[in-house]
Amino acid sequence: MKPGSVAIVGAAETTEMGLIPDLSVIGLHADAALNALADCGLKPSDIDGVATAGASPTETAHYLGITPTWVDGTAVGGCSFMLHVRHAAAAINEGLCSTVLITHGESGRSRVGAGRWGPAPASLQGQFETPFGPSGPPSTFTVPVLRYMQDFGLTHEQLAMVAVVQREWAGMNPRASFRDPITVDDVLNSRMIAYPFHLLECCLVTDGGGALIMTSADRAKDFPTKPVYIIGTGESVETPMISQMEDLTTSKAFRVSGKKAFAEAGISHADVDHLMIYDAFAHLPIYGLEDLGFVGRGEAGAFIWEGNSRPGGKLPLNTNGGGLSYMHSGMYGMYALQESVRQVRGIAPAQVPGAKISVCHGVGGMFGAAGTIIMSNERP
Amino acid sequence: MSQPRKPLPSPTPETQHFWDGTKAGELRLQRCAEPACNRAPYFPPRPFCPACGSRKVEVFAATGRGTLHSYVINHRPAPGFEAPYAIAVVKLDEGPRLMTNIVDIEQTPEALVIDMPLEVTFHDAGEVTLPYFRPAGGAA
Repeated sequence: MKPGSVAIVGAAETTEMGLIPDLSVIGLHADAALNALADCGLKPSDIDGVATAGASPTETAHYLGITPTWVDGTAVGGCSFMLHVRHAAAAINEGLCSTVLITHGESGRSRVGAGRWGPAPASLQGQFETPFGPSGPPSTFTVPVLRYMQDFGLTHEQLAMVAVVQREWAGMNPRASFRDPITVDDVLNSRMIAYPFHLLECCLVTDGGGALIMTSADRAKDFPTKPVYIIGTGESVETPMISQMEDLTTSKAFRVSGKKAFAEAGISHADVDHLMIYDAFAHLPIYGLEDLGFVGRGEAGAFIWEGNSRPGGKLPLNTNGGGLSYMHSGMYGMYALQESVRQVRGIAPAQVPGAKISVCHGVGGMFGAAGTIIMSNERP
Repeated sequence: MSQPRKPLPSPTPETQHFWDGTKAGELRLQRCAEPACNRAPYFPPRPFCPACGSRKVEVFAATGRGTLHSYVINHRPAPGFEAPYAIAVVKLDEGPRLMTNIVDIEQTPEALVIDMPLEVTFHDAGEVTLPYFRPAGGAA
């Protein structure tokens, strides 16, 4: 995309967050969408592009009374919304639509109107992974980590520190699910889920949603909100099977997506004021910091241990508390995008002073897909 | 009361040779038969070479030897499993990696040493036979 040609003008999460037993999946999409429309002073009839995952664009558009001229139903897991932002930017620039609504809603905890998880027995994952007993992401997404620990010397304490630091950020966020401070010992003494992962190194399971509204940068200045310009984007996919990653210690999709986004934005890592890395589990920020090029191979555990990503550190990371402490509905990417928007607008609960450029990186599936969005409050 | 069953694979035409192989006591891989290709063995099964796209591929029996590449010890069992148990990735001597369970060994971090040598062992699960692995040269 052309850096700075498109902007996010509306952004909001669901009214409630965490436990929402009175809304179904489609209801959460709609609640978030109505909040995002209100954020930028639009009505559903002003929208002519719809992108979503979880629900279908057809379902979402009809439910909200929208007649789109462009839809995107890309569903590659939790980073689908990063890909929607990227695709929407291209569509707006191409004139396929002018005002795009991107929605997410998931009844992760209450399971109101939610489907079942699990690969089909005839899929490659169903044939060659499921028979060996993974019982969902906590015992699948975590499989590569002992290899990483063996090759790079990451310690159990360093892995635990990821959760400790994010809890520090969550403590500054009134909407975070878990806010009480924790220590490395607390993490290591929490219940074992899938060795080497303890409960506090795994994401929450909550209900919620979020929505974004995008338009051209030229139109964005007429909106009541401060435009958040999209200056770089990337995406890729690798494999639906964790056992078939090219290398268990690094994500190819992360590397491809991140490189593309940085090249598009024309920025260096030193220009980045704020960073979000989708943290379904504690190793995700470690892989992300390395695969996006913020630190060298094998250095991320020490980087976090030394306090570089904590409040006051040189690279504020996952400032909403992340999937580990803020919320995680199942497809968390939307909440990472919401926090980047808040930081760049200057309205985040744990605001990074003077944050101008935010990198927001999402994972889809279990190292299956990636999307990277770079935002700025200045048009390049 | 009947026990919950472990999830079993549903073979497809493209993977049938693999599951016929496990029933016959062979771990079958595929490789490209195109002379111009590097002919690297690949997995999971598909009727063309993922490196060059050629449909000229052959099935062969792997040695069944490999090493413990990575694993978790799952404490939240899937249906039919008894926790804790290891979900492992084995790196075969031929190159490809596959997910499996490790048997004939304690399911502990102390016993399950990364890079330890393993060998395939076939587990009759009824309709299909699953490839498990155990420490090379018998029980540890």
